[in-house]
Amino acid sequence: MSNGSDRGVLFEGVRRLGAVMIFLWQLLMQCLPALARPRLVVYQIYNAGARSLIIIMLSGLFVGMVLGLQGFELLQRFGSEEALGTAAAIGLLKELGPVVTALLFAGRAGTALTSEIGLMRATDQLTAMEIMAVDPLRYVAAPRFLGGVIAMPLLAGIFSVIGLYGAQLIGVVIMGVDRGVFWSQMQSSVGLRDVMEGLVKSLVFGVACSLIAVYEGYNAEATAAGVGLATTRTVVASSVVVLLLDYVLTAAFLQG
Amino acid sequence: MTSPASPQPAAGAAAPEVVVEVRDAYYAIGGRPVFSGLDLKVRRGRITAVMGPSGTGKTTLLRLITAQITADRGQVLVFGRDLATLSTDEVYAVRRRLGMLFQSGALLSDMDVFENVAFPVREHTDLPEPLIRRLVLTKLQAVGLRGAADLMPGELSGGMARRVALARAIVMDPEVLIYDEPFVGLDPISLGVIQRLIKHMNTALGITSIVVSHDVKELASIADDSYLLSAGRIAASGTPAELRASDSPAVRQFMTGAAEGPVAFHYPAPDYATQLLATDE
Repeated sequence: MSNGSDRGVLFEGVRRLGAVMIFLWQLLMQCLPALARPRLVVYQIYNAGARSLIIIMLSGLFVGMVLGLQGFELLQRFGSEEALGTAAAIGLLKELGPVVTALLFAGRAGTALTSEIGLMRATDQLTAMEIMAVDPLRYVAAPRFLGGVIAMPLLAGIFSVIGLYGAQLIGVVIMGVDRGVFWSQMQSSVGLRDVMEGLVKSLVFGVACSLIAVYEGYNAEATAAGVGLATTRTVVASSVVVLLLDYVLTAAFLQG
Repeated sequence: MTSPASPQPAAGAAAPEVVVEVRDAYYAIGGRPVFSGLDLKVRRGRITAVMGPSGTGKTTLLRLITAQITADRGQVLVFGRDLATLSTDEVYAVRRRLGMLFQSGALLSDMDVFENVAFPVREHTDLPEPLIRRLVLTKLQAVGLRGAADLMPGELSGGMARRVALARAIVMDPEVLIYDEPFVGLDPISLGVIQRLIKHMNTALGITSIVVSHDVKELASIADDSYLLSAGRIAASGTPAELRASDSPAVRQFMTGAAEGPVAFHYPAPDYATQLLATDE
């Protein structure tokens, strides 16, 4: 009995993963035609990106401040407070920037995308487009997907920059680390490779979060409860997938 | 546009050409048969009514005709082409010759009335802006809503939304226009307006119309041909007058709205007394 249901869960998981991958393929096929209408894509960058700015900047500031506090406390034990700038930069660029931004993105922009597309499904708007011989994948899904993919690295970059400012605020202004040392240490030990790692991560997270959000909305059951459920699934699936991918990417970068 | 100019089969001398045909179609949802041997023909230039009680698959029929679903068995031919054999691009080419009016209107909620009507034009043509403007205003004028061009869909009443949707459905000059329950939930005035518009689209623009509805009275005054759906197949067909004169019990029950007849009042249930007297659990 339990064996059977375990197999059911596994089967369902594999089936869903397959469905999402097929959806991704169909979506990618529509991305180039969607780029022919840059207006739609630009609007979605605004929608997913600019509208998430406040939450990203606020969170970045606080995460950076905590990093400054904890980092200072920890480094002080080894008498190496001057490494605070490096520690904060590495932590933000490679890890916290991409990951926290992706988690916030899933909660802020991902849910909005899912419920918007789900409601369009529930009110027959997607079907109406199909009947008008307009592919909703091209007109609705692809611009939103592209908008999310482009917005994510930009948001992660802004998050890291604001975070660094927050760490500097605590470390230099309050805890008294030397300003020159803070920045010069960072400059000498943080390389392009670290920045690239963060960029690649946030790009991958952007693809994952946007894909999940658009997929869940597009396939939401056409009822109020169905749209609500799809929105929840977007947050849960995005968060888990982001953390899982983060481990995989971190391991891959350490290998390579 | 794969083959928009496929030669029109020479219309026979007698009956106009058949543009939509369903041949012996079977379709089941979750093992429950919706259609079992459905046959139906829609002729060019006529208003064809498809009537039937709720739950007889009227909307499913529209989904078959618009290629949103495929029949399990049998054929659905639109403009003489078997939908099941067409590629996605070919299906889209067929759909460009169709228009459909949704029960909810299905207007795109993030654009105003003007942009909604302009949407198919912008998507399918490269017409210059002044021409699009004129085209859209003409269609809005036809449904009496030129003055509402700047409103958002959320600001429209149900009847207005349906009229805007109608303007959008005709903006590309379709050959066939499909109406899904166009009379549901309208006040008597809006209902009369929609009724007149359907007739007008048919006579003035020569659009073949398929109207799916359970409003017998409203349909009878505009339909040229009618089909009555019951238990997954066509229970009766003919002009509205012929249907009304029918002595088949199923047709009689539907046309007169009787509670008892072949369509039972009660949904299938276990024996009433047994269920009431059964102890809990």
